[in-house]
Amino acid sequence: MSGLTTAHSVVEPSPTTRTLAGAVVLIYALVSLIPLVWIVMTSFKSPPDSISYPPKVVFEPTLEGYCNLFTTRSRQTQDYIDALPSADDLCERIARDRNMVVVSPSNYLPRFLNSLIIAFGSTLVSVVLGVMAAYAFSRFRVPGKDDLLFFILSTRMMPPIAVAIPIYLMYRELGLSDTRLGMILLYSAVNVSLAVWLLKGFIDEIPREYEEAALVDGYTRLQALLKVVLPQATTGIVATAIFCLIFAWNEYAFAVLLTSGEAQTAPPFIPIIIGEGGQDWPAVAAGTTLFLVPILVFTVLLRKHLLRGITFGAVRK
Amino acid sequence: MAQPETLADRAAELTPAPIAGTLRGLSDRALAWIFITPTILLLLAINIFPLVWTIRLSFTNYRANRPNAEVRNVGIDHYLSILTDPDIWAAMQATAHFVFWTLLLQTLIGFALAWLIDRRFRGHDVVTTLILIPMMLSPAVVGNFWVFLYQPQMGLFNYAVSFFTGIPPSSFEMIGSVKLAPWAIIIVDTWMWTPYVMLIILAGLRSIPEYLYEAAEVDRASAWRQFWRITVPMVLPFVMLAVLFRGIENFKMFDMVNLLTNGGPGSTTEVASITLKREAFEKWRTGYSSAFAIILFVAVFGLANVYVKALNAVKSR
Repeated sequence: MSGLTTAHSVVEPSPTTRTLAGAVVLIYALVSLIPLVWIVMTSFKSPPDSISYPPKVVFEPTLEGYCNLFTTRSRQTQDYIDALPSADDLCERIARDRNMVVVSPSNYLPRFLNSLIIAFGSTLVSVVLGVMAAYAFSRFRVPGKDDLLFFILSTRMMPPIAVAIPIYLMYRELGLSDTRLGMILLYSAVNVSLAVWLLKGFIDEIPREYEEAALVDGYTRLQALLKVVLPQATTGIVATAIFCLIFAWNEYAFAVLLTSGEAQTAPPFIPIIIGEGGQDWPAVAAGTTLFLVPILVFTVLLRKHLLRGITFGAVRK
Repeated sequence: MAQPETLADRAAELTPAPIAGTLRGLSDRALAWIFITPTILLLLAINIFPLVWTIRLSFTNYRANRPNAEVRNVGIDHYLSILTDPDIWAAMQATAHFVFWTLLLQTLIGFALAWLIDRRFRGHDVVTTLILIPMMLSPAVVGNFWVFLYQPQMGLFNYAVSFFTGIPPSSFEMIGSVKLAPWAIIIVDTWMWTPYVMLIILAGLRSIPEYLYEAAEVDRASAWRQFWRITVPMVLPFVMLAVLFRGIENFKMFDMVNLLTNGGPGSTTEVASITLKREAFEKWRTGYSSAFAIILFVAVFGLANVYVKALNAVKSR
């Protein structure tokens, strides 16, 4: 984490200490990643392989989990299947081997799309509002600034279930229940506190002299903000946006209580993927894998700013 | 603007009339409020208004599944019955058990990892990024997958335990047994969030100025003494910050527990948020659960406030 390295240490650790420390940390890292590796492996197993004992490390990979994730199937008689024209589709072929035919696409894709739309929509709202408020808090004298900032932060201390009760009633009155707009507004409100706090930290770090020079040159405040401050704050804005995206992407409590169909996101959907006779673990693993990949990419992109993001900007390095 | 407040204001007064006009057209104060108001309005609509509504509902016998039934005012009855309800106290105990053990384990393991990573062995950035991955993932989606890992017959967790200890893998159920279920959720939470604590403590370790150790070296202080007299006190504020953030989050814990045990078996892992969900969205006792929500919010808010005072005291030492 190059962003974190401000090397110290008087007595340089001896080579033995270093190697030993490295080995212990590496072992921890590898062990802690086993569940994730297992998710990816399970997604490529056949249902019987996934539940065999002892757990199979070597197995014949199949796309059955992914097929089951994206389709719904029904069981048919052997005669019925024999009478069908030959299957040209991979998923259809896999289904027929199990005496089934593909009936229709599953709900996974629409749920995934909902997750995307709601995550990006709410991120846009909270970052735009966050930049404006953070700039004001950073540069202007706002009466009661500390109280307002604390108020903004404190809205995050409510347990989500506690907020969900009145939101549920309010959305029912307003016709926002199970709508994407409702979820976008809700996630924006949750994320805006993080956005304000993080962005204020980033904007605080941009020297005021730049804008003041621009103001002397005849820029208005708004022009100075748009043409001087925003370009300087790009990294901070992108990092903040990714944090908002990750929160909205991962959120479960509001989603499971307030959405059921139209606007349901992936997290409440993945656990209820079932096959014949219980949970279809390869399909669940496939849905989980596809859902986690964007976050893995974001984590690597964000690694220099993670510390700041998770502490609301309280710790910067 | 009698008293110029910033260089920008002074610059505005020195600029030619037309430009000064546009500047004054939108004074800084007006601009500040224009920038802050949208955020405040969003928070008022989605956080404060619902909170006020919750307070009002907590004094009534309203049930969200019977919107047309007559609403009666019950005064503080709900609050009194909550504070004397043994089920609620059982939930608070389950929450306290969960919060205590997760904080303790995450602090100890997180500190050890951070200390080892601070030995700066080769490749420590890459390994650190690997370690951070679990905390970025959706607790709901990954927690759901742990149900699979904890399966007594085919689960990887039971297999690993039996591999190392010889206990038969089907002889214990992490999720199904009253004794082990609380530990099942503690293990998953510790797996996910130790990296979070580690990252904050690592920042603390790296913030310790080198000259402290150099001075100690000159005084011939032992490594043990240096650790307790320099490292620990200097890192303490960071540890406390991590504990604060994790404490608030785990007090509110819902998603992972809901999917992993759903409060069971019986109510052994029924932490506060699960009780709240059951009362509000399964039994539909909206008024009663609103009162419980308010009590929880006041508890988090009060504890966090006391804690922040302690944190500031440690910091200013």
